Amino acid sequence: MSDKFDDATQKELQSFLEKEQAQARLHATIFNLTSVCWDKCITGTPSTRFSRGEESCLANCVERFLDTSLFMVQKIEEQRSLSGGS
Amino acid sequence: MICTNISASSLHTSTMSDLFKSSSSAQPQDMLARKEAVMNSVRSELALANAQELINKTNEKCYLKCVTKPGTSLSSSEQTCLERCLGRYMDAFNICSRTYIARVSREREDAQV
Repeated sequence: MSDKFDDATQKELQSFLEKEQAQARLHATIFNLTSVCWDKCITGTPSTRFSRGEESCLANCVERFLDTSLFMVQKIEEQRSLSGGS
Repeated sequence: MICTNISASSLHTSTMSDLFKSSSSAQPQDMLARKEAVMNSVRSELALANAQELINKTNEKCYLKCVTKPGTSLSSSEQTCLERCLGRYMDAFNICSRTYIARVSREREDAQV
């Protein structure tokens, strides 16, 4: 078993992988947001640059999507506690 | 930082399976080299996956937007539209990225106070 990594190297690789995985998850989230908000905000034919309205729509879209997520969690929690919570 | 991930510049194709072959002679130097190889492979696999994701997505979105009535070939106006659409999709990605990261770090700060 001489071809195995030693403990220090294994630890280093593990934290490297965790970092890369976190990065990939972040990327996937943003990628998904882009897709959703593109459909919402970019309704016309693409021009050489965004209009101010499109730009602020994209930013608002991301913010409100996250607000919605928090809101939904909150409402579901409320419903759960109303229905007895058992 | 995120944006660099979608640049297709650093695309090497090495396979994961190459890295987990056992080698009979394992000196510290060798181990260091193999560690680097594993890291580089993970990086390039991710870069490749990101690039493929981006290509698939822009293809889908821009096709829907620009090629409304498919003819016998892509017209020049369709090509112009596709080119602009690709650029705008990258812009949109960057705006979403910036907004999302700003939001997350803001909420993290709020949680700490």
